[in-house]
Amino acid sequence: MFLIDATGLDHKKLNEKLGSVKESCTITDCLGQRFIGAGMSDKNIVIEGIPGNALGAYLNGADITVSGNAQDAVGDTMNDGRIVVFGNIGDAAGYAMRGGKLLIKGNAGYRAGIHMKAYKEKVPLMIIGGKTGSFLGEYQAGGIIIVLDLYGEGRPIVGNYPCTGMHGGKLFLRGECKEIRFPDQVTAVPAGKNEIDELRGYLTEFCDIFEFDLEKVLDSPFTVVTPDSKNPYRQMYVAN
Amino acid sequence: MGVEFIYPEFEVIRNESRCIACRVCERQCANEVHYFCPETGLMMSDESKCVDCQRCVSLCPTRALKIVKSDCSLRENANWKSDTIKEIYKQASSGGVLLSSMGSPKEMPVYWDKLLINASQVTNPSIDPLREPMETKVFLGKKPERIERDEKGRIKCELTPQLELSLPVMFSAMSYGSISYNAHESLARAATASGTYYNTGEGGLHKDFYCYGPHTIVQVASGRFGVHEEYLNAGAAIEIKIGQGAKPGIGGHLPGTKIVGDVSATRMIPEGTDAISPAPHHDIYSIEDLRQLVYSLKEATGYRKPVIVKVAAVHNISAIASGIARSGADIIAIDGFRGGTGAAPTRIRDNVGIPIELALAAVDQRLRDEGIRNNVSLVVGGSIRSASDVVKAVALGADACYIATAALLALGCHLCRTCQTGKCNWGIATQRPDLVKRLNPDIGSERLINLMTAWKHEIKELMGGMGINSIEALRGNRLMLRGVGLTEKELSILGVAHAGE
Repeated sequence: MFLIDATGLDHKKLNEKLGSVKESCTITDCLGQRFIGAGMSDKNIVIEGIPGNALGAYLNGADITVSGNAQDAVGDTMNDGRIVVFGNIGDAAGYAMRGGKLLIKGNAGYRAGIHMKAYKEKVPLMIIGGKTGSFLGEYQAGGIIIVLDLYGEGRPIVGNYPCTGMHGGKLFLRGECKEIRFPDQVTAVPAGKNEIDELRGYLTEFCDIFEFDLEKVLDSPFTVVTPDSKNPYRQMYVAN
Repeated sequence: MGVEFIYPEFEVIRNESRCIACRVCERQCANEVHYFCPETGLMMSDESKCVDCQRCVSLCPTRALKIVKSDCSLRENANWKSDTIKEIYKQASSGGVLLSSMGSPKEMPVYWDKLLINASQVTNPSIDPLREPMETKVFLGKKPERIERDEKGRIKCELTPQLELSLPVMFSAMSYGSISYNAHESLARAATASGTYYNTGEGGLHKDFYCYGPHTIVQVASGRFGVHEEYLNAGAAIEIKIGQGAKPGIGGHLPGTKIVGDVSATRMIPEGTDAISPAPHHDIYSIEDLRQLVYSLKEATGYRKPVIVKVAAVHNISAIASGIARSGADIIAIDGFRGGTGAAPTRIRDNVGIPIELALAAVDQRLRDEGIRNNVSLVVGGSIRSASDVVKAVALGADACYIATAALLALGCHLCRTCQTGKCNWGIATQRPDLVKRLNPDIGSERLINLMTAWKHEIKELMGGMGINSIEALRGNRLMLRGVGLTEKELSILGVAHAGE
């Protein structure tokens, strides 16, 4: 395992070093350097410390593991690969992501999964172990978002206005979510047996990595949210 | 018919003595205006469907057709013009937001037409471009503050990445989806042959067109359609689209009916799904956030591509441009409010934003005042119609211009302003295979190359007249301009003197 000590390196130098490494690599003493792994395709990167914003932006197949927290815009416009974070992450995670996986043990901030997409075999997956902030899955156009709320605590599983403008994909929330207000253009219903089976497929890897008991995680009601239409704005216009 | 009836805007005039009922017009019209009446053996027309695209007129072998504006008019009123009244009728019957295509048809000041170019007489010689070398080449990108030398006194030549243009004109963003495959191919081939660039818009880059990458600007907008590592590295530059002159402050919305086949594959979204680009980038709420996107793109492409930030010309454009110039962007593209669009809400298009001439003059001056003009190149669009508009823009401070409507006209567009229907009879703003094939990319690219060649000659002639043999010497040279019929305030913003001064 190749080691990069991030002390004193700015993002450009750090990414240059990372780009020059062929095999797996561990970054130690990471302290807020942005854009780590941007566009990279063929590496395993382990990060000790706190990576800065836009971790794994445009990620194209590389595998990134963060032992602590990560900041805003994790996996921005990610195309393929995997980002695993053992702590919490900031806002706008997985913006417009269209492939790969974001597996987060802790909480996510605002606008997680905004404008997530999917195309044919490319179906992105985002799993948040804790809670998320407001605007979860805004404009979601495809892919799977799962929020598990595994750690209890007082506030609701998601903040305000989840799924605003959602027109594709699927969102699972662990719990009955009776107190959550969804917009008119989506349908939120309790997950049935088929959906629980579907969830089992998604959650196996997550539970392996973070050492949760899969059956215990699944032993709960889930709410599944899907859009009513993939053309939510069709009737709004008149030709002039 | 009742109150919602709107009398057709155009009349189809068919000269019966010339018409041979060959039915070409019928086959050519995707709007289904023309039909054959078997009983009478005559061609008939339903003019209520006519958009005045002139396709039938152009292809009628006997010149039997013409389309004229109907003289059936509502009672004239200076305040309530007939368009205003008809818009009320349309909304009252539908409840919909009015949606229009192409640039605003409203009468708004066109400052290009009130600016006049200088020429040399007696005291300094004009130059004949047919005999003497003239340089129209420009480089876009960050320029160094000062000349630096190494220890041996040699000039250090390393620059951040630059775009090299053989003339200060590029084809601006039009996505595959809003325009056709053949239109994109024509633009890509013409840009390559003319030594300039075309722009993908927010629709991804079709796999067939990666070969034109060295002359392609790839766009990243709020929906991030078709954006992935390979796409970013395929182009010569990356453009972050914040706004568009025809619709500042709002996003884009390509209806699911146009997301078919390769359009779906290139955008990487399923067929039939609306492609919604949100109004803002939801990760950009400040210049610092913009800097983050700029640098994430530079990191993903190894600092090999200049990054363009495109904004609409709005009220505080000079302060905004000052921020962008400090964000790490290499080029600022400003789109004025007369700019075109495949579809925009009418009210936004006709009422939001400011003219590009004023925005350009204000931005260039502001960046100079702040000593950061060399941080960025300036590209302006939003109705550049001719070589003289280009020359005036350069004299006002632009490094280059973006053209789109002019390029579409070269491809055969007749500016009928109904792109949003997807039934473009000229094969440009459509995805219907039978219509797309009407635009032959061999001919389309040749016509675009002709346009660029002609403009380049004209630019040289205008420069030569001024005694300027390099376009670089014209940039920001506002002494070469004079205003006519402009107020003191307008002249002061444009930074030009009045004619006669």
